[in-house]
Amino acid sequence: MSVIVILVFFSVLVAGGFLLAFMWAVRSGQYEDRYTPSVRILFDDEVKEKDIT
Amino acid sequence: MQISEVVNLKEGTLCYHCGEECVSLDIQSGAKTFCCTGCKTVYEILHENNLCKYYDLDNTPGISQKKLDSALVSRYSYLDDPNIIRQLTNFTDGNISICNFVIPQVHCSSCIWLLEKLHKLNSGIIQSEINFLQKNLSVKFKNSEISLRQVVELLTAVGYEPQISLNDIENKVKYHSNKSLYYKIGLAGFCFGNIMLLSFPEYLAPIGSLEHSFKQFFGLLNLILGAPVLIYSAGDYFKSAWSGIKQKSINIDFPIVLGLVVLFIRSSFEILTNTGVGFIDSMTGLIFFLLLGKLFQSKTYDALNFERNYKSYFPISVTLKNKSEETSIPVSNLKNGDRIIIRNNELIPADAILFNGNASIDYSFVTGESIPVQKVAGEIIYAGGRQYGSAIELEVIRTVSQSYLTQLWNKDAFIKKDEDKFNSLVNIVGKYFTVLILFVAAAAFLYWYPTSLRTAINAFTAVLIIACPCGIALTSPFALGNAVRILGRNKFYAKNASVVERLSKIDTIVFDKTGTITRTGDADITFNGNMLSPYEQKLVKSLVRNSTHPLSSRIFDAIDTKEIFEVSSYNELSGKGIEAEIDSRHVILGSALFAADKNKILQTAERLNTNTNSRIFLSIDGSIKGFFAVNNIYRNGLDNITADLKENYNLAVISGDNESEKENLSKYFGSSNKVLFNCTPHDKLDYVKELQDKGHKVLMVGDGLNDAGALKQSDVGIAISEDVTNFSPACDAILDAAEFGKLNMLIKFSKTTKTIIIISFIISVIYNVLGVTLAFQSEISPLLAAILMPASSITVVLFTVLSTNLMAKRRGL
Repeated sequence: MSVIVILVFFSVLVAGGFLLAFMWAVRSGQYEDRYTPSVRILFDDEVKEKDIT
Repeated sequence: MQISEVVNLKEGTLCYHCGEECVSLDIQSGAKTFCCTGCKTVYEILHENNLCKYYDLDNTPGISQKKLDSALVSRYSYLDDPNIIRQLTNFTDGNISICNFVIPQVHCSSCIWLLEKLHKLNSGIIQSEINFLQKNLSVKFKNSEISLRQVVELLTAVGYEPQISLNDIENKVKYHSNKSLYYKIGLAGFCFGNIMLLSFPEYLAPIGSLEHSFKQFFGLLNLILGAPVLIYSAGDYFKSAWSGIKQKSINIDFPIVLGLVVLFIRSSFEILTNTGVGFIDSMTGLIFFLLLGKLFQSKTYDALNFERNYKSYFPISVTLKNKSEETSIPVSNLKNGDRIIIRNNELIPADAILFNGNASIDYSFVTGESIPVQKVAGEIIYAGGRQYGSAIELEVIRTVSQSYLTQLWNKDAFIKKDEDKFNSLVNIVGKYFTVLILFVAAAAFLYWYPTSLRTAINAFTAVLIIACPCGIALTSPFALGNAVRILGRNKFYAKNASVVERLSKIDTIVFDKTGTITRTGDADITFNGNMLSPYEQKLVKSLVRNSTHPLSSRIFDAIDTKEIFEVSSYNELSGKGIEAEIDSRHVILGSALFAADKNKILQTAERLNTNTNSRIFLSIDGSIKGFFAVNNIYRNGLDNITADLKENYNLAVISGDNESEKENLSKYFGSSNKVLFNCTPHDKLDYVKELQDKGHKVLMVGDGLNDAGALKQSDVGIAISEDVTNFSPACDAILDAAEFGKLNMLIKFSKTTKTIIIISFIISVIYNVLGVTLAFQSEISPLLAAILMPASSITVVLFTVLSTNLMAKRRGL
């Protein structure tokens, strides 16, 4: 049964990883503007004229 | 009757850039038609730089360039001043600078696209990024290739003129950030989830079947996970409770903190002494829910600014005339006796005497009245007006901060803080609640003490734990937060949640007149005199088409005809009127002094029983036909609002205007309510204060800077705004003018919200009584606590959110 202890340890470790990821996201300003990126992602990449012809 | 050339406008010819109707088809570029040369220029810039995708993303995304005076090259010369550059720059290392600009025109995805492609227009710009909701553009550029002034000029050239005001210079805009709340919620959520997971064996296993070593291991782990939640995530509650105690008052955070601390101490004791598993799961869950409530309540409208004072509207610089030289200086350096030049569309920054030129001043910022006032040399012009027409020369008589209007901001009302004047319902309840639970807990202790000390302590702590007023603490954030959202959907934007609660307490409503209960956008234009024939109407419409004066465009809109004559020898005398030869007739439209013979005007005025002020006289071939008058139109639904509110509230109107509208107003407001005229901005503030001193809770509804004092002094100040992102003085809430008719329902909805909060308090108290009864008997198990506490929280949250939604629907909001 002591394998549970190891499992719990890993599960907390993995969850802690997600917590750190969340903290990083907040820190890098991803929660500051929750609208503009949703529009920005829809803009197509630039197509150069010569690529078409 | 000889009809000369009639230009028939093709209906529906819209400007390719901004989508406004084109008055003529003359302005074209590459088979595209534009309403003005400004729009055409922007199109050509974009076309040249291969950025025409701007027009594909959204239809006619541009901003009308009609009102802008692009001829003024020197307008931004103040941006060359190193001092001003330093104050506007957020970051610089000498080579690369980052500046933030507020761009109010941003409105669609095309705007985002174009503003983030600025580097294509100028290679000196490295990157530009926009925050759409805050309408904030951050530009990173190379100092060696482009100056700050050129960046601003480039933005102006593509139609996005940044708003740079005195406020940006004096104190940098602070952005409200939720970052630390997110961290706290993240941590609390993480710990809460893991603790629940570790507590499951305890919940599910039949009592005593769990291996002892596991029990201890899980318990210790819970304790380790719970400690940072209590210390970091719940930190704000500790601070708030402590500051309450320091001010010798007990707020709702005190019993919460008490409950949390007792929870943690008792749990630690049980876990460390191996006598139980504690209640760490309940504690973290509680903190997590409380923080979620806080987040829900903190709904803010990023694009709106509730803190504006005159500095947000005043320009940074002004043209100073020194003998024959003209220099640009910051307005804060203006001294008495300085000569300044104010050009078309510029704002007058300080009280001054008109020295030279035709002044036609639009005071809409100050009073909400957009019809310009004429001034002659020697008259005092107060700060805050906007000049229409040619440049004028002024002599400053009072500095910016000492001017008539700006003095308002030196009053007491602007010094004290908002929070001081309001004691929220939940804190009042919290005070009695704390006393009560301390009393009950002590009683439980004394009751069990004769039996055993251990049971007594158990009962004492159990009461404190279970009575922790999480339900009560959650009620307000969710009810008020949801109410703010519902009101926001109806275009009533509250600054914060406490506005809703304060709004429910008012008993007196004071309205400003001009711009608040009257409409500013499209005043009613009537023609007094002999009826105009359709032919004469066409003449007038052809004439006013050529002028950009606000009154001209109103007359243009008021005349319902499509045909237009060709106009020759058109002449516009700023501040006086316009004249032209149309269809070989001499048509004059303008003020009394201008429209032909003065004597005739006076006769006509007498005959029509009117004065000559704010009348636009029409003369055709020397004979005076009559005048156009601009009437106040009251907003739609005003009669409904007053009829509805009269029953339960004291109403008053306080106006800066003369008494000419007295009769009309008493029709709406009845004779028992107060209507005051000729009030200065200071009078308005004092009137509100006087009402408050009599014990009234006052709601002020206003719109201009002249109401700013009254809005600030009042318990709740609502600003009515035609364009919510553009202009509004400092206030507690902004209401879109189009929704003015809903004002009474919005006020009543705030009352309903308060009732819902009270009902919800009762529900959570029932839970608490139930829990305390069990706790009193010392029969509280971790499982029961783990069920009872979330259950009460969830009931309260569901009840408040669902019932506010239901009541809003029932009221048609």
